[in-house]
Amino acid sequence: MKATNSTGSIRRSNDFVIKFANVNGSGSASANELFARAIMRMGVPVAPRNIFPSNIQGMPTWYEMRVSSAGWLGRRGGCDLMVAMNPQTWDRDIAEIETGGYLLYDSTRTLPRSRFRNDITVIGIPLTELCNCEYTDLRQRQLFKNIMYVGALTALLDMELAAVEQLIADQYRGKDKLIEANINALKRGYEAATNALPCPIGLRVERANGVGDRIFVNGNDACGLGAVYGGATVAAWYPITPSTSVIEAFTSYCRKYRTDPDNGLARYAIVQAEDELASIGMVIGAAWNGARAFTATSGPGISLMQEFFGLAYFAEVPAVIFNVQRGGPSTGMPTRTQQSDLIACAYASHGDTKHVMLFPEDPYECFTFGAQAFDLADRLQTPVFVLLDLDIGMNDRLCQPFDWDDQRRYDRGKVMSAEELQAGRNFGRYLDVDGDGIPWRTIPGTHPTKGAYFSRGTTRNAYAKYSETGVDYVYNMERLRRKFETAKKLVPAPVIRRAAQPTRYGAIYYGSTSPAMDEAFALLEEQGIHVDTLRVRGFPFADAVIDFINEHDYVFVVEQNESGQLRMLLVNEGEVDPKRLIRVLHYDGTPITAAFISGRIADTLAAHKVTPIRKQVAS
Amino acid sequence: MTYLVKPRLLLDAAPKNALGYTKRDYEGAISTLCAGCGHDSISAAVVQACFDLDIQPHRVAKLSGIGCSSKTPDYFLGNSHGFNTTHGRMPSVLTGAALANRELIYLGVSGDGDSASIGIGQFAHAMRRGVNMTYIVENNGVYGLTKGQFSATADKGSKNKRGVVNNDTPIDLVALALQLGASYVARSFSGDKEQLIPLIKGALRHRGPAFVDVISPCVTFNNHHGSTKSYDYVREHNDAVNRLDFILPRDQIKTTYAPGSLRRIVQHDGSILLLRKLDTEYDPSDRVGAMNHLQERHAIGEIVTGLLYVDSSSEELHRYLNTVEKPLNQLGDAYLCPGSKALDALNASLR
Repeated sequence: MKATNSTGSIRRSNDFVIKFANVNGSGSASANELFARAIMRMGVPVAPRNIFPSNIQGMPTWYEMRVSSAGWLGRRGGCDLMVAMNPQTWDRDIAEIETGGYLLYDSTRTLPRSRFRNDITVIGIPLTELCNCEYTDLRQRQLFKNIMYVGALTALLDMELAAVEQLIADQYRGKDKLIEANINALKRGYEAATNALPCPIGLRVERANGVGDRIFVNGNDACGLGAVYGGATVAAWYPITPSTSVIEAFTSYCRKYRTDPDNGLARYAIVQAEDELASIGMVIGAAWNGARAFTATSGPGISLMQEFFGLAYFAEVPAVIFNVQRGGPSTGMPTRTQQSDLIACAYASHGDTKHVMLFPEDPYECFTFGAQAFDLADRLQTPVFVLLDLDIGMNDRLCQPFDWDDQRRYDRGKVMSAEELQAGRNFGRYLDVDGDGIPWRTIPGTHPTKGAYFSRGTTRNAYAKYSETGVDYVYNMERLRRKFETAKKLVPAPVIRRAAQPTRYGAIYYGSTSPAMDEAFALLEEQGIHVDTLRVRGFPFADAVIDFINEHDYVFVVEQNESGQLRMLLVNEGEVDPKRLIRVLHYDGTPITAAFISGRIADTLAAHKVTPIRKQVAS
Repeated sequence: MTYLVKPRLLLDAAPKNALGYTKRDYEGAISTLCAGCGHDSISAAVVQACFDLDIQPHRVAKLSGIGCSSKTPDYFLGNSHGFNTTHGRMPSVLTGAALANRELIYLGVSGDGDSASIGIGQFAHAMRRGVNMTYIVENNGVYGLTKGQFSATADKGSKNKRGVVNNDTPIDLVALALQLGASYVARSFSGDKEQLIPLIKGALRHRGPAFVDVISPCVTFNNHHGSTKSYDYVREHNDAVNRLDFILPRDQIKTTYAPGSLRRIVQHDGSILLLRKLDTEYDPSDRVGAMNHLQERHAIGEIVTGLLYVDSSSEELHRYLNTVEKPLNQLGDAYLCPGSKALDALNASLR
């Protein structure tokens, strides 16, 4: 056991980045998550990110954890403490450590001095040796090695051992054997560090009060829960990373909340379809028949569902689609985050289609928008896309606790009842009787002789009778346009944040870019660069989005794709002069950072040789 | 102009079923298919079957894909909701609809191009999933709406109107349905009402995936010498394995069938299927036997018609999913939303 100290070591409390380099399939993810949660339990904001390969076993995987007393939850970049457990990636992992940073490694096998760096503190613990002494079972040796390094870190970072023990007890409640074994491994690691190493190191976790009542959950879980609260009864899906866990969450929450207590029967139906075409087909069939239905998918699935999106749009069938975005195409970066499906969703399908989209920024909004999507889909009788991405979907994120108003009732939209039909109310399936572009619908099986209709694409008139007449087609398209106008007022409004001083500059962003943008805003303010920001939460764009652009001379559009897809939509839908929208694009598959955003904005302003000129304020 | 309302003659004398409906109440818009199209006979058979079974017209949901056959649901059961979906994808939409409301009767209408070519995947998976439905394929071996291309059921060696020979091996949907777990598998011929109507009735009353392949020659593109799906070819090569009569429990057994040649099958709803076995060796409860029989006949160029297989103890998707009895689309907020208290507890577990 050894620790070599370098001079000028980083000394920071509650503000650093720790990164775990592991081999995937080794059980490291749950140990790393346990460690993150332990830091959160000490009241210190933490933002972990799982950087994993499209593989089950044997390939490199990293778990990057930002500890930030200021509460910044975006990726920072760099690494102050590397827990290097994967020989395959040793060299690049060592190279990534900041000067003055720390390395924790398994010193069972002696490594030549040349494999280390002089400007970092190297901490070796013979984890394999310890495990081999302690356990005979191979699987246990592997799993408890992970818990052991968590124990060692608890000592090295001066954390409360009792807090971690309590966490283990909470996580395995009711499974006493597991609790005992895990706590034992934790303690062995803790003792190994305290006995042989100068604990603590320069990085510390100190109890604080920075978490409040926030919860720690990932966006996919929150989407699944949102679907339960939103009243979804039918889910049809096809496995695809990174969306699969949306359905897994929906399944487990349904088992918990939707099992009839009297007879154990399910108040839901979940079908794993043969492909994405069938998934969306089932969703549309169920929604046409009056159930709330959804699917969860990612880019390739969105491509496969295109024809059906058009049918649902024109036949005016509600549907909710959770799209957890990733890189494309089929074999493209499936485990890396991106916001690159906006255009594919906004104008999905052939013909003149346009779709409603929601952009949650964190798990809280995944839940809220997830539930709201079902009301919107029913109200508007159209597909609604909830666009999150891998960064929010698959990483645990601190966010405000989920809330629900028990007075709230589902908005099932304009559904004509048997009584209304019986009373002789005029029913024209595609007739705009209310002026908002939204027609009335009937659910199959409602009335013996009234209200039945034959659903098809656009070859029909307002009464759903077959027609290829131009007048009927144009009437329908104009009504759909009015319906889209109605949607503008129903999607979540944008969130505007004003800079400390009035400014000619604005920035627009959405979704998982939020935490990095929050931090970038603060960084820019520190530099005296004032930029108002607007977070888009829905499409079609509310008038406030376009007004915001018009209020500013230049607006940065910050996104995580290569082509500037939100910018395209703004130009196209808002008829904004493209020259006024400056791209800030990050698309290498890693989550965007505050340093990147603030750097790009500051550089752009400098390159234009413009110092932010404050608008004259009429007093 | 199919949206013209059919002239509704007041025929007081028209026979009514137990619900007080006349056959007209089960009809739809006027067909726009070619004069003499076999599909119209199938539509008429559906009307007759629903009338005879006293089915409430609005309790049927009819779904189809794309093609001539898929247009037909507009031409029957005008008081039922219908959905003309996308090409080859009707099975998934029907599956979703069936999930939403287990109480309706689901009738899927498709064609050979729609089911055997573009839709072979969805056809297969709907069968193996056990969806409670009647799935009718109006099989003519040809694409009518796009004017005469071969479909995947076109026989090897058959010629199209331009004399082009099809060299691809045909897909027999009946054989596939048997292999994939359909629990009611039949084949008929659009020109044979006597056989077709009872087969459709049996399918409508069956629980689980019921498949009826109806050979329905295309009068315009595939009714010529060289096509194995022409009227003449089928009439000459048709080999009916049994004759099926469908009798509701309240309606006693007809006497035209000699007891020795009857096979009695009790379905889930208590309704009884009576089979007249022309081939005395034939056993419709034997899936493997059905597959063998089909293949043997196929090898000598014959088309087996009749009820090839029925599993009278079949189950369906809702049973597998263990869903509540009440249709999912009728569950109210209180049954679906766990509420704020549950959420508070969940929040506490996420800290």
